[in-house]
Amino acid sequence: MTATLAPPVTAPATRQHEGFAGTGTLLRLALRRDRIVASIWILLFVIMAASSSSASQDLYTTLESRVRAANAVNDTPATLALYGRVFDPTSLGAVSLIKLGAMGAALVALVAIFTVVRHTRAEEEAGRLELLGAAVVGRYASLTAALLLATGTSLVLALLTGLSLMGTGLPAAGALAFGLSWAGAGIAFAAVGALAAQVTESARTARGLAAAVLAAAYLLRAAGDATGTDTSTWLSWVSPIGWAQQVRPFAGDRWWVLMYLVAFAVLVAAGAYALAARRDHGAGLLAQKPGRATASPSLSSPLALAVRLQRGSVVGWLVGMAIGGLVLGSIASQVGEFLDTDQARDMIMKLGGERGIVDAFLSAEMGILAVVVSAFGISSAMRLRSEETALRVEPILATRIGRFRWAASHVVVALAGTTLLMIAVGVFGGFAHGAASGDMGAMGRVVVAALVQLPSVWVLTGITVLVFGAAPGLVMAGWGALVAFLLLGQLGPIFELPQWAMDISPFTHTPKLPGAEFTATPLVWLTVVAAALVAAGLAAFRRRDVG
Amino acid sequence: MTTAISVSGLVKTFGRTRALDGLDLTVRTGEVHGFLGPNGSGKSTTIRVLLGLLRADAGETRLLGGDPWADATSLHRRLAYVPGDVSLWPNLSGGEVIDLLGRLRGGLDTRRRADLLERFDLDPTKKGRTYSKGNRQKVALVAALASNVELLILDEPTSGLDPLMEAVFQDCVTEERERGRTVLLSSHILAEVESLCDRVSIIRLGRTVETGTLSELRHLTRTSIAAELAAAPNGIADHPGVHDLKVDGSQVRFDVDTKELDSVLKRLTSVGVRSLTSQPPTLEELFLRHYEADMAAENGRHGGARSDQNNTGVAK
Repeated sequence: MTATLAPPVTAPATRQHEGFAGTGTLLRLALRRDRIVASIWILLFVIMAASSSSASQDLYTTLESRVRAANAVNDTPATLALYGRVFDPTSLGAVSLIKLGAMGAALVALVAIFTVVRHTRAEEEAGRLELLGAAVVGRYASLTAALLLATGTSLVLALLTGLSLMGTGLPAAGALAFGLSWAGAGIAFAAVGALAAQVTESARTARGLAAAVLAAAYLLRAAGDATGTDTSTWLSWVSPIGWAQQVRPFAGDRWWVLMYLVAFAVLVAAGAYALAARRDHGAGLLAQKPGRATASPSLSSPLALAVRLQRGSVVGWLVGMAIGGLVLGSIASQVGEFLDTDQARDMIMKLGGERGIVDAFLSAEMGILAVVVSAFGISSAMRLRSEETALRVEPILATRIGRFRWAASHVVVALAGTTLLMIAVGVFGGFAHGAASGDMGAMGRVVVAALVQLPSVWVLTGITVLVFGAAPGLVMAGWGALVAFLLLGQLGPIFELPQWAMDISPFTHTPKLPGAEFTATPLVWLTVVAAALVAAGLAAFRRRDVG
Repeated sequence: MTTAISVSGLVKTFGRTRALDGLDLTVRTGEVHGFLGPNGSGKSTTIRVLLGLLRADAGETRLLGGDPWADATSLHRRLAYVPGDVSLWPNLSGGEVIDLLGRLRGGLDTRRRADLLERFDLDPTKKGRTYSKGNRQKVALVAALASNVELLILDEPTSGLDPLMEAVFQDCVTEERERGRTVLLSSHILAEVESLCDRVSIIRLGRTVETGTLSELRHLTRTSIAAELAAAPNGIADHPGVHDLKVDGSQVRFDVDTKELDSVLKRLTSVGVRSLTSQPPTLEELFLRHYEADMAAENGRHGGARSDQNNTGVAK
């Protein structure tokens, strides 16, 4: 009725407006779904920035120590590539937050990508958006709601980070500039995520595509920062992560660079809207490749299926761990010059052992990478639960494959996957360390240092399997255990917790190789514990209801 | 005749909900058995118990001569299952899923696989995430029908299929019966059950309320009669088993319990019949009676709760 009464001039405007109908409802739904997760990650970033700032301020009390630390970063290509340049060596804020500038921006960008894809393509793929799309919801509504959510959370993050940095005593302008440089990266890559979600048909591919763009942006700025003699080269200026750094918080606070990020976000988002206007619901720009008409002869066991399902993620993790090993291995031999304050040495020695600072650094880094690999083990074992809740396990269990064989297949992939990943860490880390220090004989020691971490990693996989078998509703407890062990390891020494409390974490028992003496006993015990956890989990799964 | 499935007094509870409350089910070897019931009446739960996915709390359950929980893997070599809600792996093509399930089951007839793909008009090269609900259903159906098994357990297998594919499915099930296979078919499509099933069990609130051949079940329900008589009827209204009588001069319309049909017809012919049409009860009417009974029971329960309150009020 209103349409026929309205003057014809306003009709196109009305129709355009209709594309956004329901955005508010979808935004509230997204906020409702994300309220806990978003609060946690915002809090994590704020704590990370504030604690890094206050810890560094204790470390660099004099101007001289600050300049020395900044020069150590600026004179080493490896650290320039990893962190970027300290633009003002005399600035306390610039020196304190060097490790969090580009890396933090990249992490915020990653969260923004995941947020946007989760509320656009993932919903569409699951068919839930169709349910809403049939109601009064325009074709741009989910895209707009997701972008608003990511932008809003990025800005809240910027504000809280700025305030917390001010709280640690840093200048207000720089603190705000730092927060906004993070937010800028978040908003820019939210748009990249939105575009990727329009281009691909699957959420997994969309996340992968957007993350690849992020990795390319990071590598471009790494190359730009590492190759410049006194300043960054043009390569840093074609990367949104580079722009986030070029805001130069606490070292000039160049607010105008933020406009680059905003303009980039607007342009990319416009592309996403243009695609959304043209494509069909459920379709993407990149069509799905047709699959095989018949299965390959090897796809004939639950293990083959588990390998096939997790293959992509294992390969992705392998690439990541190989890069991680290369980076850490290549900077290990320079760590002596890099950490030339007594406090820093003391800290690394405490974490890593007593024989030589390089060995101690390597041991500490292996411990950190082992925690990262544990995350793969947990998520891989949690595949058991997601296959169950997605009702994909029932057709399998209705064949002659028993529960034990099916569950064991995924456990084998989790255990073998973590082993492969730690081997990659050891081999690539050892190779880079050997090449950098000119002593290729060191490679073997680094590989062993990586492998001794494995039993602890397996314990976490075992905990996940046990929870899956005994209390499947609480399967997230695997992550809880990882966080608890991480906190015990990091905070235990600070709070001077008693040894029995520290002993709860499997990582406490790992020999601190390559510096310390090799002892087999704890490794045997950890392996036995991991095996017992897995066995108990599988036994419990055989007794419970499926579904 | 041997029995493929025998269930008696089956009980399964989830927390406080009693999903199965003493269910009985007998499926004879070589028959197509219809398994009917409203949503949430316990059909899928029964099937999951039969597959050894859920553990029964009480009752006796035998499947192909074995215990579905203890002998699960050996029994599963001899059966194929199509779930009501087919969920496929997003990255695997339909063809890969068919082959994988077939191999895990212990073998697949490749000629029959090709034949079924053609009859169901299914493209096996598409990835799991791109199939529609109907096509996902077809993937599971082809995988099950192409296996060499004795027993097919089909849980609402045609819920997403179009009428053309529904006809293909009915042909396939008829072929399966001719090969001597046993089929347990849970379905909501009554025409399908009517044309395919030898015997039917109707369940409600986790209990079996009717079981038998279709003609046996029809016997329990009413036939509609419309007749023009030679004179005004007499005594029809008081005749046992007659319901909803409408008299218009010498025209009568009424429903009669099938077991009283003979004596009512005798009464009519004693008056003199000029024309008569009778409609046997459809399965749908049979089914609706149980559905309605279900709703009435539900209402009655609410009403009962109210009157209980009144009663206590009076007692005080």
